[in-house]
Amino acid sequence: MDNIQLENTEPVLETTKLNSQKKLQLWLKNNLFKDWKNAIVTIVTLMFTIYLLANIGKFLFASEWNVVTDNLRLLFVGQFPIEEIWRLWVSLLFMSVLLGTSWGVWRGIIGHVAISLGALLLVFGILPYTENESKVYLFSCIATIVVFYFVGKYVPKLKIPMLVLWILYIPICLSIINGFGVLEPVKSNVWGGFLLTLVIASVAIICSFPIGLLLAVGRRSKLPIIKYCCILYIELIRGMPLIMVLFIAQLLLPMFLGGIQLDNVVRAMIAFTLFSAAYLAENIRGGLQSIPRGQFEAAQALGLNNVKVMIFVVLPQALKAVIPAMVGQFISVFKDTSLVAVIGLADFLGMGKKIAANPEYLGKYMELYIVIAFIYFIFCFLMSHVSKHIEKSLGVGTR
Amino acid sequence: MEVKKTTSTPLWRNRKIIPIIAQILFVIIVGTVIIFMVNNVISGLEQIGLTLGLDYLTLKASFPISESIISYTPDDPYIRALLVGLLNTFKVSIFGIIFASIIGVIVGVARLSDNWLVSKVATVYVEVFRNTPLLVQIFIWNFAVFLPMPKIQEALSIGSFYFSNRGASIPWFTLQDNTLIWLIVLILLIVGSVFLFRKLTKVSLESGKSTYPLISSIGLIVIGTIITFLVLRNGPFGLSVPVFNGNSFDGGTSLSIGFMSVLVALTIYTSTYISEIVRAGIMGVPKGQTEAAKALGFKSRTALRLIIFPQAIRIIIPPLTSQYLNLIKNSSLAMAVAYQDIVGIGNTIINQTGHTLETLLIVISVYLLFSLTTSLLMNLFNKKFQLVER
Repeated sequence: MDNIQLENTEPVLETTKLNSQKKLQLWLKNNLFKDWKNAIVTIVTLMFTIYLLANIGKFLFASEWNVVTDNLRLLFVGQFPIEEIWRLWVSLLFMSVLLGTSWGVWRGIIGHVAISLGALLLVFGILPYTENESKVYLFSCIATIVVFYFVGKYVPKLKIPMLVLWILYIPICLSIINGFGVLEPVKSNVWGGFLLTLVIASVAIICSFPIGLLLAVGRRSKLPIIKYCCILYIELIRGMPLIMVLFIAQLLLPMFLGGIQLDNVVRAMIAFTLFSAAYLAENIRGGLQSIPRGQFEAAQALGLNNVKVMIFVVLPQALKAVIPAMVGQFISVFKDTSLVAVIGLADFLGMGKKIAANPEYLGKYMELYIVIAFIYFIFCFLMSHVSKHIEKSLGVGTR
Repeated sequence: MEVKKTTSTPLWRNRKIIPIIAQILFVIIVGTVIIFMVNNVISGLEQIGLTLGLDYLTLKASFPISESIISYTPDDPYIRALLVGLLNTFKVSIFGIIFASIIGVIVGVARLSDNWLVSKVATVYVEVFRNTPLLVQIFIWNFAVFLPMPKIQEALSIGSFYFSNRGASIPWFTLQDNTLIWLIVLILLIVGSVFLFRKLTKVSLESGKSTYPLISSIGLIVIGTIITFLVLRNGPFGLSVPVFNGNSFDGGTSLSIGFMSVLVALTIYTSTYISEIVRAGIMGVPKGQTEAAKALGFKSRTALRLIIFPQAIRIIIPPLTSQYLNLIKNSSLAMAVAYQDIVGIGNTIINQTGHTLETLLIVISVYLLFSLTTSLLMNLFNKKFQLVER
């Protein structure tokens, strides 16, 4: 513990002259066996790691996974009517188009996302438990990503249309699920599983952004009534646990709204939006505070009024500075959607809870919850990976 | 009218008038919404025949609570049930904060270690547990780890720690007659040793001789403890060890499954965030500080203790506070695994009495009180540690 790497300890060496074996020896010596204390730490950690990995391997190969494989459809789309499920596949294909094209246009980090999601689709495509129809869709998604990668690669003019389509992606998907107003809409009470998690998270993220922005600007406003109302709202929401906000939405909102009826899913969406807006407002406020006074004064000297100063000068800079923090907030919204399981909705985790209650799968908790945790992990990890990359490429914090 | 006389600016562009109009509009809109909601609540309550008020809190609760620090029976009033829930929230939060801080600091330092394997293992730990929802982790600990434990007759034992599907029984301290004397003696010894440490350090700085301040002060405590032990012929605390009597465990203290799952999950989840904060704090100290310390001849360990850490703590404290608050707020997830904290008990009361609004307000104000006091305390602490600039 006392040998923290406070400075670069690697000695300067003419590494070009060394052959690979010597290089390896040197690396081992520098990074694992520098002195006897370090060597003991290495050996103990190594033994611990091997023990852990062996146990994980044993668990993976010795367990029966039928609790997951029998219920794949329930876990991912819940009770969604089987004859309407093509709407979801169309949404997924649409996303593959966007993802593939963006990968071709921008390369870099989007490639990581495309490859990881493609790999995930491939895994589900290869699994023998997936229905044949789903397999066709899964492989066509993968093919779409690859095809549109080349489209994006050779038609680089697609940048702006791509951005617009990404922003409109969620509304378009929701309207596909609801049948464009032409077909019969699929009611939100049959949405479930991972689909519900994604829908709640994306609606909350999109709707909370404008509210959070207004709250952040309002909190820095010079008008006392607006300012203190915003402070009151932000601090009130940030002071209470999310589950209380969910309870308020479930139990009090119907009372507040009187005759207006909202279903459970919409109420949960409202709760997440209001909750996330308060946190987002604090993130954006951090960005607003980082803009030097000179920017305001210069904009005013140019004759812009207050609204224009905000929209054209301050906000673009402030938002750019807080992109990583906002992505972090989005990740936590995604993770927090699992809380709707407590109020009885069948989201990804809630569906897991329901499956676990089935006596047929008694005692299969570990297999079930590990798979659920793993899927959550992949998505959160990808998002945080992208966020770190954006942070680096924006150079936030390194100026 | 006066405005028009003094300036030629029209009313809708006047810099003094616009803010006032804007605020009046804002108040009208917000006010209308609030009045609409309050009206709905009042008419809704009239329909189901309930009246607002806190009188229901003195009624008999008539539901059992399985674990409680203070005595509680179903005959006690609702308000005592809420107090039990509050204490349960405190219990899990305090232990969670302590363990999460310890693990978080260790992992944070391990991530900066120059040992490649150690830093990688720490990174994997952080990434895995931070990117999985807390509720999923609580479920895994509760349903997949603690509940499938063997029956109480075949309880797993590690030393005197017993684990079964009814919970854990662990050794715990018991108070003795001379606990108070021990406490006073120990406090005196610690104060004395701090004095000795300061005095000897001062002497060694002034005279340039080494006076071994650390060894002498530790020695003082050790010798003092031994003498007290010889005089009192008794330890400061008794240790009560759980013994199986065929049906349950006697002695020690027992932890419920719910409590253990919430505590373990909260500790691990929060420790990953704390480790990131610690790492950022240590890395946030400018490199020149380390180099200067090295140039002055400090050893790596001494530099860490005397130069790096005091500066890192300033960066660490504000985000650490918000993590502690998050932990307290996240402990409300306990209701998902039947550990009865204040949210869980509030929920039961709502189901029994129908006093939704009042009960939710009570629980919310308790949480607001937590966060306000914590941020107040931390602000004071922060002010004390703040860099004094010229």
